[in-house]
Amino acid sequence: MKPSSVVQTMLKIGSRRSVESVRGMLGAIGVALVLTGCATSGNPKDPIEGFNRAMFAINDGVDQAVIRPVAVGYDTVMPSPLKKGVTNFFGNIADLFIGVNNLLQGKVSNGVSDFGRVLVNSTVGLLGLIDVASDIGMEKHNEDFGQTFGRWGIDSGAYVVLPLLGPSTVRDTVGLIADSKTNPVPHIDDVSVRNSLLALSLIDKRASFLAADKVVEAAALDKYSYIRDAHLQRRRNLIFDGNPPRERDDSASTFDVDVGHDTTLAQHTDADLSIGEVATTAYK
Amino acid sequence: MKLVTGILILASSIAFSAKLGAQEIAPDTLIRNVSNEVLDIVRKDKDIQAGHTSKAIDLIESKVLPHFNFMRMTQLAVGKDWRQANSEQQKTLANEFHTLLVRTYSKALSEYRNEKITIKPLTLKPEDTDARVRTEISQANSGKPIGLDYYMEKSASGWKVYDIEIGGVSLITNYRETFGSEIRRSGVDGLIKLLQSKNQPAEGATAKK
Repeated sequence: MKPSSVVQTMLKIGSRRSVESVRGMLGAIGVALVLTGCATSGNPKDPIEGFNRAMFAINDGVDQAVIRPVAVGYDTVMPSPLKKGVTNFFGNIADLFIGVNNLLQGKVSNGVSDFGRVLVNSTVGLLGLIDVASDIGMEKHNEDFGQTFGRWGIDSGAYVVLPLLGPSTVRDTVGLIADSKTNPVPHIDDVSVRNSLLALSLIDKRASFLAADKVVEAAALDKYSYIRDAHLQRRRNLIFDGNPPRERDDSASTFDVDVGHDTTLAQHTDADLSIGEVATTAYK
Repeated sequence: MKLVTGILILASSIAFSAKLGAQEIAPDTLIRNVSNEVLDIVRKDKDIQAGHTSKAIDLIESKVLPHFNFMRMTQLAVGKDWRQANSEQQKTLANEFHTLLVRTYSKALSEYRNEKITIKPLTLKPEDTDARVRTEISQANSGKPIGLDYYMEKSASGWKVYDIEIGGVSLITNYRETFGSEIRRSGVDGLIKLLQSKNQPAEGATAKK
């Protein structure tokens, strides 16, 4: 199959570069593990920040070494209509469990519309390659099990950076497991077809973030916390479908306790750790 | 008498409407006009599309940023620590934040590839001084558009933006976490230094991880 051999070639190119970078990555892992014990900024949404920063560094290493180059290659080589077709194909499969999640959240008309999208796109849209449904006004929704759990009132829990998959939370990780049970792609019997499709889906997603990469590089003072805070905000926004209850003047934030400690802030990490602990317990 | 009165009325109404004209551009109209103008220029300018930031920066400084209230944005991003900073520091912070945002925005503009922007209708009461203008950007490869919301407040010189939300992620809220932890680590001066080093022309400076 043409697309799968293209992807496999790109993965081979990517893996050659990864061998050279393995030493670099091991170095990064070593440094990251040493840093794990150090002070965190005490953000109550990120109690395992040390671990997360380490995992973030590892993911970033793998991304720079393997995933991003392949995604850039894919983005450059593939003609635009084909790329759009790939995105639409996986989007069509996704619409199935988006529909399931909408129903689970009680959004019945949205759920029915999602199944309608799958029907239209799979037939008229040539197995999902063309997104006819959007053209005729059936809006594409964004739902997954993590959002469903959030809608049911389950708190997001700690921020967690997953290996390779990146930013998540405790609740959303459980959601991801549920998602993979409903996603038909990981359950395809033919191993090479399944792997090609999974790889293609990963590259497709990564390629869609390439432009955002450059903006994050320009905007972020600290890439890790920028991505963390953006992710947490976005999840909250998605759960409420674009209308989260407003937290605007959140300057009454977690560190009100700190007001008296300003003079000690310039000192050691140890001080930071204890302030962080005080603040975390105060917040709870 | 009637002629004089007539001329007086005419003159004052012209003066009145000129003043009104400056102040009364509705927030959504303002956003629509500026967006269309800027994107038109970007569409025709190959240099900007190729990533030559100096032209993009000029464009942003002249067309976009006059409609932003940077003091307010910086104050909101710094949060409760703003009161700890003296007015010299506050001015420096606002300037550095301004530079950071210009560079970020110019990077974003250079990635523009003919996406369409739709501005949603806004209902505004005459006494409203705060508005949220919702726009949507259709994405090149995927069906679902991304929301881009402008939070604006009415000021003496017209409506000004004080926050932007992209896909539900508020710029101010995002920076507040980073600014806050840097201030806790090294004070307001430390934050200023961090912003200044980030704003250095990019060759050596890499973002802190």
